[in-house]
Amino acid sequence: MTTESIKWFWYSSPQTFFPLAGRIARICTVLAAVFGVAGLYTGLFVAPTDATQGEVYRVIFIHVPAAWMSMFLYVVMAFWAAVGLSFNTRLSFLMARALAPTGALFTFIALWTGSLWGKPTWGTWWVWDARLTSELILLFLYFGFIALQASIDERRRADRAGAVLAIVGVVNIPIIYYSVKWWNTLHQGASVSFSKAPSMATTMFIGMILMALCFWAYSIAVALTRVRCEIAEAG
Amino acid sequence: MLTASRTLVRRDLLLALRRRSDVATALLFFIIVASLFPLGIGAEPNLLRSIAPGVIWVAALLSSMLSLSRLFAGDHADGTLEQLLLGAAPLGVVVASKTLAHWLVSGLPLVLIAPLIALQYDVAADLYGVLALSLLLGTPILSIIGAIGAALTLGLRGGGVLLSLLILPLYVPVLILGAGAVEMAGAGLSPSGQLLLLGAMLIVAAVFAPWATAAALRISLE
Amino acid sequence: MSEFFNMGGYAFYVWGSYGVTFALLAIEVVVLMKRKRETKT
Repeated sequence: MTTESIKWFWYSSPQTFFPLAGRIARICTVLAAVFGVAGLYTGLFVAPTDATQGEVYRVIFIHVPAAWMSMFLYVVMAFWAAVGLSFNTRLSFLMARALAPTGALFTFIALWTGSLWGKPTWGTWWVWDARLTSELILLFLYFGFIALQASIDERRRADRAGAVLAIVGVVNIPIIYYSVKWWNTLHQGASVSFSKAPSMATTMFIGMILMALCFWAYSIAVALTRVRCEIAEAG
Repeated sequence: MLTASRTLVRRDLLLALRRRSDVATALLFFIIVASLFPLGIGAEPNLLRSIAPGVIWVAALLSSMLSLSRLFAGDHADGTLEQLLLGAAPLGVVVASKTLAHWLVSGLPLVLIAPLIALQYDVAADLYGVLALSLLLGTPILSIIGAIGAALTLGLRGGGVLLSLLILPLYVPVLILGAGAVEMAGAGLSPSGQLLLLGAMLIVAAVFAPWATAAALRISLE
Repeated sequence: MSEFFNMGGYAFYVWGSYGVTFALLAIEVVVLMKRKRETKT
């Protein structure tokens, strides 16, 4: 065992990770606030009004970053699940468990804002386009993960069963996405698509990136705080 | 390994035949669900003809899901499952064999009965073949993927409903491809793309899913 | 200023989105803080 491998696993012990998580969480809280202010300012004030959609397109500054986060967090969750199953490190499972609620929340936000964007733009509260439908299924995947872990009393089994489910889920996400995309083209009757978003002025793009960074920092802060609570509760 | 597989399949089929009512109820469920839609939506022939592939597929999906809890529950209750875990046969083979037996008893009958439902919905005659083929390719995938869920939720309180919540998102691609194949054929286009994709999914699922199911079984039985 | 709040007539949709988002995130933080306080004792 080389010195390098010892260092890697140094922080996989909950005790050593606890203070580190606290430090990172605090930094990320500040980062989230900074990025959030910058993103909101850019999105609500700097970015110009869209020619076709008017002011309502500004929902995009929440909708798209939230959707990005919802998918990213699931992948990260599955990553920690895989690490947990491979190395049998308890902390990895705690990370996966801590990420799920935040991931589900962003998925819901993506759906909610998508709906509120769809109503004035396309006339209906729900649009069965490929991305929104895939987001809906992603929400079910999150709920399944949370429900499975909640229904198993024995901690170790809950961690590992959830991990298997998360990995099976992440493998399926591309398959689900492409099949839904194909399904959408088949039923071209509902030919509404969020890919017909306003062509990106640079400021719009910057606004989205800033909000995405804000959500990312927020997620890290929240997840690490949750992990600290888990570690403290486990005693 | 093949003897183990053959023995397991035969054993599971025998056990299923002894409890014919379990098998029959899943089939009846399939028929009843498919019959509910016209009652809810109205029996206008054009409407029924257009929703038929989707309805039949959804009914097959739900019926498949209902019968999944039987897959491991019986063996788990009398301790056979633990013996199989400790036995010489690789757990993946055990899982695959049990899933095959399960499909023969719960999935294949759906394929055979579907034309009757299609008759109820006045589906065009040339679509029967595609419908049956899509179900023939699709129902094994449902059983194979469903086995993962059955293994994960083994012995849990939430049981069947939790299983549904876990499995349904994973079923979506199969549903889309299966119903889509029939709809393509109905529109005069070739369904071969969807059917080939279903075939590919079946092969990939058959190779990889038993491994995930075996891991899930070990986790559930620790 | 009132033009900003009106969002070209789309006030309901824009502020409905931003509002609910921040409300949900705030709720998540509050629940988490509550949990943190309880584990410290």
